[in-house]
Amino acid sequence: IVALKKTPLFDFHKAHDGKMVNFAGWSLPVQYKDSHIVSHMHTREHCSIFDVSHMLQTKVHGKDRVKFMESLVVADIAELKSNQGTLSLFTNEKGGIIDDLIVTKTDQGYLYVVSNAGCAEKDSVHMKVRLAEFKAAGLDVDLEFLDEALLAVQGPSMFRVLQEGLKDNLNKLTFMTSTVATVFGVPDCRITRCGYTGEDGVEISVSRLRAVELIEKLLANSEVKLAGLAARDSLRLEAGLCLYGNDIDETTTPVEATLVWTIGKRRRKDKDFPGAEIIVPQIKAKTFRKRVGLVSTGPPVRQHTPILSPDGKVIGEVTSGCPSPCLKKNVAMGYVDSEFAKNGTEIQVEVRKKAVGAVVSRMPFVPTNYYMG
Amino acid sequence: MAMRATLRCLSANFSPRLPLLSSAGRDNRAARLRWVSGTRRTFSSCSVLSTALKFTEKHEWVQVEGGIGTVGISSYAQDALGDVVYCGLPEVGQRLEQMDEFGALESVKAASELYSPLTGEVTAINTQLAENPGLVNKDCYAEGWLIKMTIEKPEEVDGLMDQAAYDKFIKSLEE
Repeated sequence: IVALKKTPLFDFHKAHDGKMVNFAGWSLPVQYKDSHIVSHMHTREHCSIFDVSHMLQTKVHGKDRVKFMESLVVADIAELKSNQGTLSLFTNEKGGIIDDLIVTKTDQGYLYVVSNAGCAEKDSVHMKVRLAEFKAAGLDVDLEFLDEALLAVQGPSMFRVLQEGLKDNLNKLTFMTSTVATVFGVPDCRITRCGYTGEDGVEISVSRLRAVELIEKLLANSEVKLAGLAARDSLRLEAGLCLYGNDIDETTTPVEATLVWTIGKRRRKDKDFPGAEIIVPQIKAKTFRKRVGLVSTGPPVRQHTPILSPDGKVIGEVTSGCPSPCLKKNVAMGYVDSEFAKNGTEIQVEVRKKAVGAVVSRMPFVPTNYYMG
Repeated sequence: MAMRATLRCLSANFSPRLPLLSSAGRDNRAARLRWVSGTRRTFSSCSVLSTALKFTEKHEWVQVEGGIGTVGISSYAQDALGDVVYCGLPEVGQRLEQMDEFGALESVKAASELYSPLTGEVTAINTQLAENPGLVNKDCYAEGWLIKMTIEKPEEVDGLMDQAAYDKFIKSLEE
């Protein structure tokens, strides 16, 4: 038995009645005193803090850092503005997705990368292998795996709450941009305006020695509550965001996963990322299956629920699903045969051996509130 | 009802330690939720329990009156399940054997199957739960009842736990 890893906030969570569970080998709170639904709704109406320190944070240094990162992901990184970030994908030679991540082109001489905890082992090996190749070719790149804590502060009140702790105007930090600042007296915090809930929010990377201090300062504002993994999952699903391991994995290509937008224009032309020979032709030719959103007219649908055509043939499978606290409808994502992928298409899902009506729906299910400036 | 240790709508990496409420779970120490012991469980919303209630190891209760059994889930079960958002109930007229799966209660995170405490026929289902599934949490022993059924084998009732035995059973799960 291997002991679970602890974030710098482990004791803090327990002191706040966090119900700790195993997530990707880390001990994290699934919820606190509030029920799942209360926590979920509080995020949409006020502000919640999530400890996401388990995620892998990496800095890529060196003159050739952009070339290095582009050799692993599908994004146009060179074209990113200074301090701009983007969602991207590590792909493999078969065109599958190794992980999804956010890469930010900072003005501090490094790329800042955040990727999934569940893929930390394979992502770091993947990057190190490429690093060795680059170094062998005499190129200038270095990797630094961070041990900072990472706090996600999400919800419409985030702006009010965080501005109180900042000198600079938070209005200047638009969606998917990043900066370094002193937050409530804690210096050298990297603040990125992004998140996993669909709400306006930030992720703050902070020294592990000052993480408790920072979270306590934020929590002092009555708008703010702690939230755990349960709410994190229902929020991201309402926002139509993929969960690696459920909705995307090494067997799904970015085109099948309806993530074509992550593939940069120049990258499509140059086909210079892993699996490009398979992925790029799929953009025109289409794929046999596609990831779609769906709403069940009956019971909630969950991962592995079979998706059926109106005449009962299996046409796909649900990869994530839950009752939506906001909509009071049962929403899900899954893959279906492409001919059924259009929004509004009537399909069925099989729940407890009964076929139940469902409709292919656009995502996000709940409108997003990203701050565009 | 069966509380699954894996919440099916999260990634394969996520295996939260919900209490396995079936007796098989007692052998698995890792499955016992540490947070249950030491926290104040809110029983306050449930009315004073009648001694006529009998309980199953799967945390259903049945109350017999005039040859009809009313079935629901215990306060311990509704607390562990969290906010119920959907109730899947059987059809009136459906015949159930003891231990047959007759439906499910769903929270945002998980689904828990319901198992019939007795052998009999469903005579009524609580239609209020379609619009108001939260009644199962708010008033699990009264307004949150699930089904009513005939009692084909009265001796099965004797085989169920009374309140005292059930309270002891829950305590043993928490140790």
